[in-house]
Amino acid sequence: MNSRLIRSAISFSAIFEVAMDTLLSSIEMLARWDVIAALLIGSIGGVLVGAMPGVGAAVAIAIVLPVTFSLEPIVGLTALLGIYGSSMFGGAIPAILVNTPGTPVNALTTYDGYPMTKRGESRRALSLAYSASFYGAVISIVSLLLLAPVLAKIAPMFGAREIFLAALLGIVLVIVTHRGQVLPAAILACLGIFLQTIGIEPSAYSQRFTFGQTWLQSGIDLIVVVLGLFAISQALVLVMSEDKPVKLPEVEKIGFFTQMRDLWVFRRIATVASALGVICGMIPGVGEFMSQFMSYAYAQRTSKTPELFGKGNPEGIVASEAANNSVPAAAMIPLLALGIPGEELTAMMLAVFYVHNVIPGPQLFAQHLDFIYALYISLFLLNVIVVTFLFFSTKTLMKVMLIPDRFLGIMIFTFSLIGIYTLRNSLTDIAIASAFGFFGFILKRLDLPTSPIILGIVLGKLMEDRLRTAMARVRVPWDFIDRPIAFILFSMIVLALGAQIWTVIKDRKTTGEKS
Amino acid sequence: MSYQEDDHPHVFPESRKPGEMLFVTITMFVAVALLALAPWQTTWLPGKGFAAQPRFWPMLSLGGVVLFGLLNALSRMRITRTPGRWQEATVWMRSLEFVGWYMLYVAAIPLLGYLIATVLFTTGMALRLGYRGRSVMVAGLFGVFVVLFFKTAMNVKIPGGAIYEFAPDTFRYFLLRYF
Repeated sequence: MNSRLIRSAISFSAIFEVAMDTLLSSIEMLARWDVIAALLIGSIGGVLVGAMPGVGAAVAIAIVLPVTFSLEPIVGLTALLGIYGSSMFGGAIPAILVNTPGTPVNALTTYDGYPMTKRGESRRALSLAYSASFYGAVISIVSLLLLAPVLAKIAPMFGAREIFLAALLGIVLVIVTHRGQVLPAAILACLGIFLQTIGIEPSAYSQRFTFGQTWLQSGIDLIVVVLGLFAISQALVLVMSEDKPVKLPEVEKIGFFTQMRDLWVFRRIATVASALGVICGMIPGVGEFMSQFMSYAYAQRTSKTPELFGKGNPEGIVASEAANNSVPAAAMIPLLALGIPGEELTAMMLAVFYVHNVIPGPQLFAQHLDFIYALYISLFLLNVIVVTFLFFSTKTLMKVMLIPDRFLGIMIFTFSLIGIYTLRNSLTDIAIASAFGFFGFILKRLDLPTSPIILGIVLGKLMEDRLRTAMARVRVPWDFIDRPIAFILFSMIVLALGAQIWTVIKDRKTTGEKS
Repeated sequence: MSYQEDDHPHVFPESRKPGEMLFVTITMFVAVALLALAPWQTTWLPGKGFAAQPRFWPMLSLGGVVLFGLLNALSRMRITRTPGRWQEATVWMRSLEFVGWYMLYVAAIPLLGYLIATVLFTTGMALRLGYRGRSVMVAGLFGVFVVLFFKTAMNVKIPGGAIYEFAPDTFRYFLLRYF
């Protein structure tokens, strides 16, 4: 008994030693002036961008992405992570103060945030949003730091067929989670898959849909599509809109620690919402929207005052903000461990990895755990920077909401040129991006989603490569799912599709009964 | 739970946006045309399985566009149409004016240089969008700031203007390098 105890103590201390070594190595990776500068610029820039309704993280990342190509992976990624992780903090400001979400995922925050502002409690609403966001992010980062060694063990179990199935699951989930737009989302995902097939294919080096044009032989660059669909389309939306006068409300003063204490009252909701955010973030294709809807529903169901939801209940703000801010760190898991992005922002980050020849997947997790830890530590640091910045500068930051929409459109046009030109100085790229900008503008006018196209491009390529490799070892169809993980993933796909068909039948019946 | 019941969207929404069917029809038409061209635009390798065929994924994805497009059309047929399809198409076409200005800006850079082209673009767009007075000046200053930050300070690779060739020798390199 004693010898077993001693053996487990020795093995625990060995694991602890390895973990500490990895942690120190990752801290060393971050302790550089350029990484710190990237963190500061990314996180504060992200808050600014988030606070401007009509811009958002996707537009900002699309513009900054090509600029980061000349930087080292850790520098470029910390800057982009800064924007990704902090934009939702900033997005809560216009959601609470002027009833306009800064980023789409802050939409639920308007439900209770704005009524609180109308009651003269804007500062309390903002403080709750900041502290809940911070709490969600920290819970998410800590749980993922703890999960990382486990994932390093599971990731190598993913072979070609498992990665194919995980990517297919991602596509299926992205489509079925677009409730009310499932079929258009499916059309757009298929379109994305088609776009990635254009050019010379890598197995037999034959041309596909190049129409004899040399500029199409290397295919359509993901970044060009991203810049068109997100940046140029948004610039078009803004310049075609009308400037609305914005009246900023008064924000009362409350001390820093009073603000943090307020969250303690709602710690149960914040913890559950963060946990839901982590789970939803880890599943490709699910993300912020699902997590905050689930958290909001949970908070309302368990509240002593459910009737006040939508009328300025602080619990609603805590649920929504804690859930959406716990997603970014969690969304990095399928990306880093399997190379599968769950949404458009992580799809853009995947491009940065590829540019720097860092291939996300089981090998990265198994061999460069220090790099993964460095990313998570930088996520934690950016949250500290952002929350400190916000607690002291909200009043100044509010002024960015005064920038007229159409002026923002001009700004996005100007910035997007830099993004496209830095890729390869190509006028053709700008023409392609403009065409996708026009296409994205139509999608936005029709309220159709753009993310299925991006995920179709990224996951389509992955699926094509992995299916080709996997099929070489498959004799009968059953072989494809004869391994446990493959079987679980296949079951999840069937379950997701089954649930969708069941919803369609139920919806048909309800509509039939109504008419 | 009234929130979810009231606001959660149906699988089949009860209204459709003007122009939606027009957009889906155009997308399907393009997909069908591309599918028809597939035998000439892709290769079929004899003796290889489906997954290894270069034609497999383009056909599958385009087939998906057509299939889901048809299903979408069928599901939306029974929904009351919101009139204004052609007005919506006009809005789409009107946006092309700004795409045109943007392309003109891009084309002007190798001729006029980044600084002049950017300031002309930002001030020109501000004027076109109805801004006057101080706002136009702010737009111009914003253009100068963008150039100073990205080209001068961060050295982002944007081509110099042909117009700089007319500058005196001592200034030419400076202009090409920083503006």
